[in-house]
Amino acid sequence: MFSLSNKVALVTGATGGIGEAIARQLHQQGATVVLSGTRESVLAERAAALGGERVHVVAADLSDPAAAEQLVARAEEVAGAPLDILVNNAGLTRDTLAIRMKDEDWSRVIEVDLASPFRLCRAALKGMLRRRAGRIISIASVVGTTGNAGQANYAAAKAGLVGMTKSLAQEAGSRGVTLNVVAPGFIATAMTDVLPDAQKEKLVGSIPLGRMGSPDDVASAVVYLASEEAAWVTGATLHVNGGMAMI
Amino acid sequence: MSEIADKVKKIVVEHLGVEESKVTPDASFIDDLGADSLDTVELVMAFEEAFNVEIPEDAAEKIATVKDAIDYIEAQKAA
Repeated sequence: MFSLSNKVALVTGATGGIGEAIARQLHQQGATVVLSGTRESVLAERAAALGGERVHVVAADLSDPAAAEQLVARAEEVAGAPLDILVNNAGLTRDTLAIRMKDEDWSRVIEVDLASPFRLCRAALKGMLRRRAGRIISIASVVGTTGNAGQANYAAAKAGLVGMTKSLAQEAGSRGVTLNVVAPGFIATAMTDVLPDAQKEKLVGSIPLGRMGSPDDVASAVVYLASEEAAWVTGATLHVNGGMAMI
Repeated sequence: MSEIADKVKKIVVEHLGVEESKVTPDASFIDDLGADSLDTVELVMAFEEAFNVEIPEDAAEKIATVKDAIDYIEAQKAA
């Protein structure tokens, strides 16, 4: 089950906690993985940790539209084969209450978290539609559905990913290409490490499964959606949040 | 047949996987050659690339037959 042998996967944001787990699990299932991110030295470390020949690195800053535009082609070049799986995982936050939120905070998050995944989808779809095969998985967030004070920009971008995915899923369905979303809840990463303990406890208290999620919880959902076994699932959002929001 | 017409025909045959004999000037991509809406968009993009022309959305919508495509590209190339 869930074999990804002979598949080529591109994972953006592979320097982050969730991106690392996604790349590692796809690799474990047999995929050739292309790790992308902004920090080249971290990418090199990640690639070395995975080891072997099925790992490649392409540094790219997705806040640059041209970089996003070219990333798929660069990934295919280093992997030496067309892309089968695209995982839009890269994202950033610029949290603040709306009355203090600057246009720059808004547009940077929309640009990196929503516009760049669109550019990557567009670039990947051209080949996938022709080849009549492909999997695109975008990592959103529970806050895209529930909203979250201080994250108007991030929640808008993540909700946007869901609407975009559903539209593209309808466009690509006749070619057997699927697009889905994984929406993580509260995951233990460097991003959430900085929260005060009291706030963490409160958050965990609101999770029926009684713990924070791990990057691997998210990665396993991605592996499923990337697999042949998920061939009849498209336009869906898989919530991985320990039951915090049952939606 | 012009060089443009030849090339258009070749792209259509290649992209839609149809018999060359079916790609007549009056053949409609959708009604006669079995294309769906995504195929027509991909065809237009293939024409753009092959002939180095830009086909705006409103013009693309009017390209329904093989002849429509040839006429549009010839007009662009003559201009």
